[in-house]
Amino acid sequence: MTVVKEPGPPLGAGPAPVLTARSRPGETVIKALLRTAALLSVAITIGIILAVLQPAIDFFRQVPLSDFLAMSDPAESGELKPAVLPLLWGTALTTIVALLVAVPIGLAAAMYLSEYASKRARKWLKPTVELLAGVPSVVYGFFALSFVTPTLLNDILQLKVSLTNSLAAGLVLGVMIIPTIASLSEDSFSAVPMALRQGSLAMGANRMQTTVRVVLPAALSGVAAAVVLGLSRAVGETMIVALAGGSAKSTSVDPTEGHQTMTAFIAQTAAGENPPGSAEYNMLFAVALLLFVITFVMNMISIRIVRRFRQAY
Amino acid sequence: MSTQPATATSSTEGEPSALSLSIDEEAKHSVIGEVPAESVMETFHLNVFYGDFHAVHDVNLTFGKNEITALIGPSGCGKSTVLRCLNRMNDLVPGARVEGEINYHGQNIYGPKVDPIAVRQHIGMVFQKPNPFPKSIYDNIAYGPRVIGMKVDNMDDLVEEALRGAALWDEVKDKLKQSAYGLSGGQQQRLCIARTIATKPDVILMDEPCSALDPIATAKIEDLMLQMRKDFTIIIVTHNMQQAARVSDRTAFFTAKPDETTGNRTGLLVEFDRTKQLFSNPADKRTEDYISGRFG
Amino acid sequence: MSTATTTARAVTTSTIATGKSKDRNLASLIFLGVLWFSLFFGVVVLLALIIDTAIEGSGRFDHYLFTDYEKSIAHEQAQKFSELRGIPVEDLSNHFTGFRGGILGSLWLMITTALLAIPLGIAAATYLEEFADSSTWYNRMIEVNLQNLAAVPSIIYGMLAAAIMGLMGFQFKGIVIGGAIALALLILPVVIITTREALRAVPQDIRQGSLALGATVWQTTRRQTLPSAIPGIATGTILGLSRAIGEAAPLIMVGLAAVQWDPTGFTSKVEALPMQIFRMASSPQEAVQEAASAGIIVLLAMILGMNAIAIIIRNKFQRSW
Repeated sequence: MTVVKEPGPPLGAGPAPVLTARSRPGETVIKALLRTAALLSVAITIGIILAVLQPAIDFFRQVPLSDFLAMSDPAESGELKPAVLPLLWGTALTTIVALLVAVPIGLAAAMYLSEYASKRARKWLKPTVELLAGVPSVVYGFFALSFVTPTLLNDILQLKVSLTNSLAAGLVLGVMIIPTIASLSEDSFSAVPMALRQGSLAMGANRMQTTVRVVLPAALSGVAAAVVLGLSRAVGETMIVALAGGSAKSTSVDPTEGHQTMTAFIAQTAAGENPPGSAEYNMLFAVALLLFVITFVMNMISIRIVRRFRQAY
Repeated sequence: MSTQPATATSSTEGEPSALSLSIDEEAKHSVIGEVPAESVMETFHLNVFYGDFHAVHDVNLTFGKNEITALIGPSGCGKSTVLRCLNRMNDLVPGARVEGEINYHGQNIYGPKVDPIAVRQHIGMVFQKPNPFPKSIYDNIAYGPRVIGMKVDNMDDLVEEALRGAALWDEVKDKLKQSAYGLSGGQQQRLCIARTIATKPDVILMDEPCSALDPIATAKIEDLMLQMRKDFTIIIVTHNMQQAARVSDRTAFFTAKPDETTGNRTGLLVEFDRTKQLFSNPADKRTEDYISGRFG
Repeated sequence: MSTATTTARAVTTSTIATGKSKDRNLASLIFLGVLWFSLFFGVVVLLALIIDTAIEGSGRFDHYLFTDYEKSIAHEQAQKFSELRGIPVEDLSNHFTGFRGGILGSLWLMITTALLAIPLGIAAATYLEEFADSSTWYNRMIEVNLQNLAAVPSIIYGMLAAAIMGLMGFQFKGIVIGGAIALALLILPVVIITTREALRAVPQDIRQGSLALGATVWQTTRRQTLPSAIPGIATGTILGLSRAIGEAAPLIMVGLAAVQWDPTGFTSKVEALPMQIFRMASSPQEAVQEAASAGIIVLLAMILGMNAIAIIIRNKFQRSW
């Protein structure tokens, strides 16, 4: 049987050391300061909502919702052009072009990095791909305006494009988001268990078949998260579309024409002088609110998916 | 005198097979041999949980003053968990919960008013893998006394004393300002011991301190422990039974019992006695099997 | 686990070694070619961009690019160059327009942004990594919130900064502090996320060693964890600042406009290099386009320089634990 001595003073009781908590005011203060800094990030989100919401509400008091959610501006609206759907279409069209560039190229680059490159090569190649994300978007915008449209699209490809057009803006935007898609996709490819590849190779499949038929499907949710995040980046990008995408609303399906996007509208209108409180000024915030909501939803979807695949493997 | 009578009662008589017993019944059957005359720490009904997982069941131990107590047992038996409770390092594991009492000089270190930082200042710890700080040898030693606000007349003397105490002085006295990362593994581990000694603790916990070292470095640390015994109470977790037999005064043998439904393994104390007694004449069949290498 | 992976890799490599012929059929080679193309597509675009811009701006790599404000030139110089190059005096300002305002302004903005974002970012990251219990709902919410903030459109940060400036009662738009608030908000999530990664790379052993000696969590953080993480934090922060220096969209919202003077304080009206490029890029005049190209090369040189510093710090100081 066990012998359990009841709790009490030790057999050879010496001087009892003091173990009670000392108060450490410095420690408490610092912890509070650090926590405040961390909570600031939440305050930023709340701040964004508050900063955008109030003028946006004012806008909807000034302008009927039906004018905002319209395909075209009312005939006699003067300075104010309240229709948002053309802007949404401009954003959608440019983003589609961007994804057509970035998804295949980003995925292929990720496949090479994850399935073919040696560990050493990857250490060099990955930063090279990521270099593209370091170029300022105003530089991309200038490149679209001064090279892609006149030289590449007009002279080389012989397309009759407008001076500013969604095609050039979308193509360059696509190049810009390649690193976003490649990087996150590579993570999800690398997370696919070796055993799956092994199984496929053991059945006589070659490396290409294994990559396309086994690794890609297994990593599909991660790839989806990458694409959604890339999409969110493309929707929110401003300078490229403000410079090269056009400054007039258009609902045309032709990407060789200019289409003003939501972000271009905000940038181009803000650069002009509208008195605060006017419907023109408040419309900026209504569009910004829509933009924030759209990107927020996409970011959340992406974060959710990433979380799930991190758990899966 | 205050010597507790050796009330070890063998539990082998008519005992049903171990597996059919509930863990509660089984814990009651742990064998407590001769208990140290002068104790520094005691555990009372120590239970440890990580979330829902019951890691250690009802451990009752007494750690003798200026003795070396070894905790041995197969992996997953909770010996390291018990050790980490003794200076509240387990607090750092998310979801860890401790029930029961651990008395240190008569105070429950899990008591409501106790400061875990104060506990650790009295009860130091040496880890499995040598973990010197990325600083100079000198600063590694001086760090502890500085952060706990020890009154030090001459830091150079304290550093020398600590390094001598860890049998490292002669090897490093000419390169005190060099990075600790330049030392060999064994030297790094002795530096970690010196670092602990410098804060003048009462008890030193060692969590498999030699498992990352070669035999020569291991022998040096074992010699060092025997020297340190006159100044400190040492509690060591080891997976090396020979090491326990060579250095310790008392040994506690733990085992792990899998839960029938979940398969989670809960650690429990099987036998605690003088090392000589436990190794030469174990009271419990499982201890005997383990030390003779038949299981574990 | 690691042994299993190693074995798996060994098996994979050996399978590939024996199956080499299968990996050399036409489809596989085309596939590999496509992957290679994709990998280097970005580099090719980047090279095209740099070469095209450099050629376009090559006529403007003179000292006026750095010493002159936007569209300004001293009268006597104008006369001299008008005769020398045969350009009408009215058109001359475009040929000698410079980025002095933008370059100085961007440096001011960058330093002010760093002063705002770095302490806040490191403090927030330290709390989340070293103090917070990540199992509680509010700390998890902070986590998700940060991930979202990292992907909020930059122009929206400009709107928030404009609102903050309004609340703080600043009368003038386009001043240093306004731009810096916008840029600091923008890079704060980046600084927090990279600092957390740098802290996470410091082994748990070091923290435990310090805590076991009786150090407090803050002592451990300040004296062990943070110093060990400095190279990683520096790398991430510099990369964040290099992103800030190239941003124009949020600056539009806080009303940055052309200036003809050097900034002198946090409340001076200020210009930024990318803003100047933005305004010049949409100009129809050849000479302005040329200047914009030259300005882009200056901006890219600044950004590449910062990236190079970040990489040097990482390679030189980063410890492999």
